[in-house]
Amino acid sequence: MAVLVYAETQSNKIKKAALECVFYGKKIAEAEGTSCIALVLGNVENAGSLGEYGADRVIQISDETLDQFDGLVYTSVIGQVVENVGAKTIVLAHSSSGKSLLGRLSARLSAGSVSGVIAVPDFTNGFSVKKSVFSGKAIAEFFVNTEKRILSLSGNSFKPEKIGTTIDIESIEVTIPDSSVKVIEVKREEGTVPLPEAELVVSAGRGMKGPENWGIIEDLAEALGATTACSRPVADTGWRPHHEHVGQTGVAIRPNLYIAAGISGDIQQLAGVNNSKTIVVINKDPEAPFF
Amino acid sequence: MKLLVCISKTPETTAKIAFTDDNTEFVTDGVQFIMNPYDEWYALVRALELKESKGGTVTVLNVGLAANDIIIRKGLALGADDAVRINTNPESAYVTAAQIANFAKEENYDMIFFGKETIDYNGSEVGAMVAEMLNLPFASYVSNLDYDGDKAIVSRDIEGGIEVSEISGSFVLSAAKGLAEQRIANMKGIMMSKRKPLKVVEPVEIANPVSVVSYSLPEGKSGVKMIDPENMDELVKLLHEEAKVI
Ligand SMILES: Cc1cc2nc3c(=O)[nH]c(=O)nc-3n(C[C@H](O)[C@H](O)[C@H](O)COP(=O)(O)OP(=O)(O)OC[C@H]3O[C@@H](n4cnc5c(N)ncnc54)[C@H](O)[C@@H]3O)c2cc1C
Ligand SMILES: Nc1ncnc2c1ncn2[C@@H]1O[C@H](COP(=O)(O)O)[C@@H](O)[C@H]1O
Repeated sequence: MAVLVYAETQSNKIKKAALECVFYGKKIAEAEGTSCIALVLGNVENAGSLGEYGADRVIQISDETLDQFDGLVYTSVIGQVVENVGAKTIVLAHSSSGKSLLGRLSARLSAGSVSGVIAVPDFTNGFSVKKSVFSGKAIAEFFVNTEKRILSLSGNSFKPEKIGTTIDIESIEVTIPDSSVKVIEVKREEGTVPLPEAELVVSAGRGMKGPENWGIIEDLAEALGATTACSRPVADTGWRPHHEHVGQTGVAIRPNLYIAAGISGDIQQLAGVNNSKTIVVINKDPEAPFF
Repeated sequence: MKLLVCISKTPETTAKIAFTDDNTEFVTDGVQFIMNPYDEWYALVRALELKESKGGTVTVLNVGLAANDIIIRKGLALGADDAVRINTNPESAYVTAAQIANFAKEENYDMIFFGKETIDYNGSEVGAMVAEMLNLPFASYVSNLDYDGDKAIVSRDIEGGIEVSEISGSFVLSAAKGLAEQRIANMKGIMMSKRKPLKVVEPVEIANPVSVVSYSLPEGKSGVKMIDPENMDELVKLLHEEAKVI
């Protein structure tokens, strides 16, 4: 019956997305009158602190093979924990690893899944939950009719609050399968918050005229502690790297503040950014589609 | 090499998103449909490039009804050798994946390509499900793929960076921007596509676990405030005190 939350980590540290998931998982557990169990895999600092955000139990499996994400291996391990604790609802982050796990776990457990949910489920007629669809242009409520269900939570949908205290960490026995994927290297841009997680984003478009003018965008981002983004044509012409491209065919984001400089705000750009809480548009054309 | 590319049909990116009066269905009248951009621009093109350099075949597969044939033909026009349509409504990611896995399980593909997500359901689910159903490794959000005929080196987009890994044996992947450059079908391709085989396969029975109960539109814009460029203090004040975002 319990709610099991897989709490994602990076470089041995609990990610912000994990706190959001635990806080969200606790809300579901409360609605169902059950407990919220957080699961951490690999070597993780301070896992007991998940209790502060709503976990009633924290289970850690610290086998060193789990220090590196592997979808097949993680799915097997999480699947075993689901059986062990009798979890009915499984919550993951809607992140790169969360997305791989969602589909795999759904198939493995024959459980209905909804990816990128943005609200607490509604239990009035069974189990239904909302997610954003059509690349942010609409919201759909999905009904799940299986006994087990798996949700991945969209980043920045809930602000985690401290509602409990640090708790003891438990461990359980699982078998860990072999992997056929070998991670060679992980390259991360250090010091910046990745776009999908960012609360403040400074973005710019073709109105900047050329890559040589990006200094002011970077300065603004740095002053605010924001992450930089761009429109599609800017990435396509190589002014900025592809991973900065936001919109319908790029990264979809929901920050608190999105600053768009020299971006017209065409429908495909808007699709990926219109869930931002506040948008500031810097544009010389008062008729630009953004307005 | 034997390659499978799973393609889906989505509304064109500028399509008006509207629902029936009871908000239970997407209104398709006047909506133009396209091949999902990630499937067409990146997954299919990279599969075609591999075929061109290493030899082999590329099959495109769609789970859907006969109205989708026009999109499937586009895949053939771009250069796929043959096509399969599993003749059922793709009710959910799970049903779609189960149909694909059931078809692919006896076919021994070297790689099965997906797009990173559909631009209508934004699920990112089908590829991972198929990988699990076939017990294969899954590389998601692949923006670079090298294959030496034996093992593959893939770069996956992860939060704030990329992960490079090596995969041996058959695997499933989902394509992200950067994996290939979009191609346009030429006249010869379009002519040839009409004669290429499109096999229609009947579906297997799968219980559907998830369905849409209702749709809604996001809350509208809460009014735009225009601020004079000479008056940046006002903007800062609004962001600080009213929106409370900085
Ligand atoms: C299938 C498809 C998918 C797409 N997906 C995406 C997507 O995911 N993301 C995306 O962004 N786009 C996407 N697009 C492209 C989209 O349609 C637009 O072409 C694009 O967003 C425009 O980029 P832009 O705003 O940077 O450039 P423009 O439309 O050229 O706008 C430049 C803006 O800068 C302003 N400007 C110029 N000079 C100044 C100045 N000195 N000071 C202030 N403002 C100035 C102009 O008034 C104008 O509004 C897609 C298109 C298609 C067909
Ligand atoms: N009906 C379908 N037929 C074939 N492939 C599909 C279908 N729906 C989705 N896919 C594939 O699965 C990918 C991910 O879809 P989704 O899980 O809906 O985001 C798409 O990019 C396609 O490659």
